[in-house]
Amino acid sequence: MDNMTNKEYQEYLKRKIPKPDYLNNSIRAFIVGGTICLIGQIVRNMLFRFGFNEKEVVTGTAIIMVFLGSLLTGLGIYDKIGKFGGAGAAIPITGFANSIVAPAMEYKREGYLFGVAAKMFTIAGPVLVYGIGSSIIVGLLYLIFTAGR
Amino acid sequence: MEYLTAFIVGGLICVVGQIILDSTSLTPAHIIVTFLIIGVILGALGIYEPIAKFAEAGATIPIPGFGYALSKAAIEGAKSKGVLGAFAGGLEATAGAIAAAVIFGYVTALISYPRSKS
Repeated sequence: MDNMTNKEYQEYLKRKIPKPDYLNNSIRAFIVGGTICLIGQIVRNMLFRFGFNEKEVVTGTAIIMVFLGSLLTGLGIYDKIGKFGGAGAAIPITGFANSIVAPAMEYKREGYLFGVAAKMFTIAGPVLVYGIGSSIIVGLLYLIFTAGR
Repeated sequence: MEYLTAFIVGGLICVVGQIILDSTSLTPAHIIVTFLIIGVILGALGIYEPIAKFAEAGATIPIPGFGYALSKAAIEGAKSKGVLGAFAGGLEATAGAIAAAVIFGYVTALISYPRSKS
């Protein structure tokens, strides 16, 4: 134990860290992620029934799901869903809302500027940077490839 | 029927994320950003469109659907308004969701406190 090389120690650690239960975790992610999408589908169908067009329904569904994600995070419920569902709770858009609210709540005591407002974008910041950035590249590439036609 | 396809496709996308999460040292934040960019690329290649048509909310609610919406709108913007559209298109189409996330996120953080972890 005392005279382990770094490599031996890494291997020792590997043996000690419990292996994730792939099947169990996947089933949970499937159920939670599927259920959130099912709720999204219910919202979507309801908005269609109210007579909104496709574009309005897409935006409306996203807004309502973001609202639900924020609300459940504020109530401390989304944390529990996340612990159970793992990626199933993180990947839907409700998880995006959760990633905004949770650190903002956590760092409230650091003030409303560098606490709440800045920490809201801990994960949302990278999402917006890479999402918007890559979409602009896609748009420009489209222009380049269709320029000769 | 669309409820079943939404459940299954949405669930499967999350399972892929869970397996990556379990088998690598990536954090959920890495997975979210990676999936988003995959959505942008699949959207640009026209691969995500049929998935979204088939699974509806099952494809648009997971984060790759956000990437798909961004790239689809950037291409549409480029088609109709050129360079300006390529820049503004993605944000224009997703502005509602982003604005909602900002305001709901801020207000929720103001009025609620983190639960003590027991």
